[in-house]
Amino acid sequence: MANSSPVVIVDSGGANLASLQHALHRLGAVAIVSSDAKIIERAPRIILPGVGAAAMAMERLSRAGLIDVLRSCTQPLLGICLGMQLLFEHSAEGDTPCLGLLPGHVHALTASTERPVPHMGWNTLGDSEHALVKDCAQQWFYFVHSYYVPGTSSSCIATTHYGLSIAAAVAVGNIMGVQCHPERSAHAGARLLKNFLDMPNPQAT
Amino acid sequence: MLAKRIIPCLDVRDGQVVKGVRFRDHRIVGDIIELAQRYRDEGADELVFYDITASPEGRAVDVQWIERCAQVLDIPFCVAGGIRTVEAAERILAAGAEKISVNSPALENPDLIDALARRFGSQCVVVGIDSETQNNSYHVYRYTGDPNRSADTGRATLDWVREVQARGAGEIVLNCMASDGVRHGYDIPQLQHVRAECRIPLVASGGAGCSEHFVTVFRESAVDAALAASVFHSGTLSIPALKQTLSRQGIEVRLS
Repeated sequence: MANSSPVVIVDSGGANLASLQHALHRLGAVAIVSSDAKIIERAPRIILPGVGAAAMAMERLSRAGLIDVLRSCTQPLLGICLGMQLLFEHSAEGDTPCLGLLPGHVHALTASTERPVPHMGWNTLGDSEHALVKDCAQQWFYFVHSYYVPGTSSSCIATTHYGLSIAAAVAVGNIMGVQCHPERSAHAGARLLKNFLDMPNPQAT
Repeated sequence: MLAKRIIPCLDVRDGQVVKGVRFRDHRIVGDIIELAQRYRDEGADELVFYDITASPEGRAVDVQWIERCAQVLDIPFCVAGGIRTVEAAERILAAGAEKISVNSPALENPDLIDALARRFGSQCVVVGIDSETQNNSYHVYRYTGDPNRSADTGRATLDWVREVQARGAGEIVLNCMASDGVRHGYDIPQLQHVRAECRIPLVASGGAGCSEHFVTVFRESAVDAALAASVFHSGTLSIPALKQTLSRQGIEVRLS
């Protein structure tokens, strides 16, 4: 069964990794949480979650010696929420240099009483041909974020709209990311995670 | 387009879901996991669990039922009640909750909001505000889970709304106490006043009795979400029927 290969969730120090692990378990995947560079290097699939602030997350990755591991990985990598933002070159959140695996910058959303920030709640994904978001077009996903990657970015594969176009999913080769939380996004989220688990792994023999 | 959220609130006491009228005389309405799954299946966008006894009794929320909820729920849920420290919040978030909500402890120690936002990010930090009209202004109440201790803090609600945002709250749940449990509709004027001061998501609470009340609160007070308890627990209103009504009225909701 394709979904029985283990997934390593990078322990980036966020408190709520449990829901992601439960979501993967519900799909029949074996998911382990680790910050050990050796385990992550050998993982057939990597998920980079992240809650909290960009600077703190980058510092944790750096302290665990994971920056180069992530920069040189060839297996499918999925960044979720802040984890997706960390894939880019730089984040406006704390003026933080990030992993630089994808070109572009992360910007702050502007709050107003008409459009509160965080962008919090269920929003739809636009159309896309990419395998990561197969059968996810126009489906509802749960978002919660105050920073964003523009929907016009070259790596954007699906957008969502909140006054402006936001990259909801990004991908270049094995490097993928979603701004939404698939683990909180009911059936649609389970579909997206299954798509990721089904991604071919070039390292596998 | 961002959907308006429908949030059933499960008041929890001693591991059971309960509901009282105007915060008093609580009746048991069901098992936590059973109700959580039912609402999830019906299309609830999020759930809030309030441990209504934890705060007045000075004890923290029991995390065992949170872990069980996290295993079965694939929608966000928030836990409230008696969270007085960063450590207590950490246990709840580690157990799988998406957000934690603070109310009376934040009034006792407003720095708690800053500390929680710094540690977990604003998106995890909800501030619950129990508010009532006093002498033509809105006042914040505390310890509302206990009728013998429930008291006016003397704080003006709008001031507190501004302060909690400055301290890093990521969402506000405004519970209008006079409306709570009596199902005569949300307190639209009060929600409008708070909305005008609120640049973070705002959740209306207290007063829902029929689907028209939800239509009105979304149209007239521009809240991001509406929370309700008894109207759902009693079976008076089902979430699928409510969402169909909202959708027909042109209000964006998540239909599964």
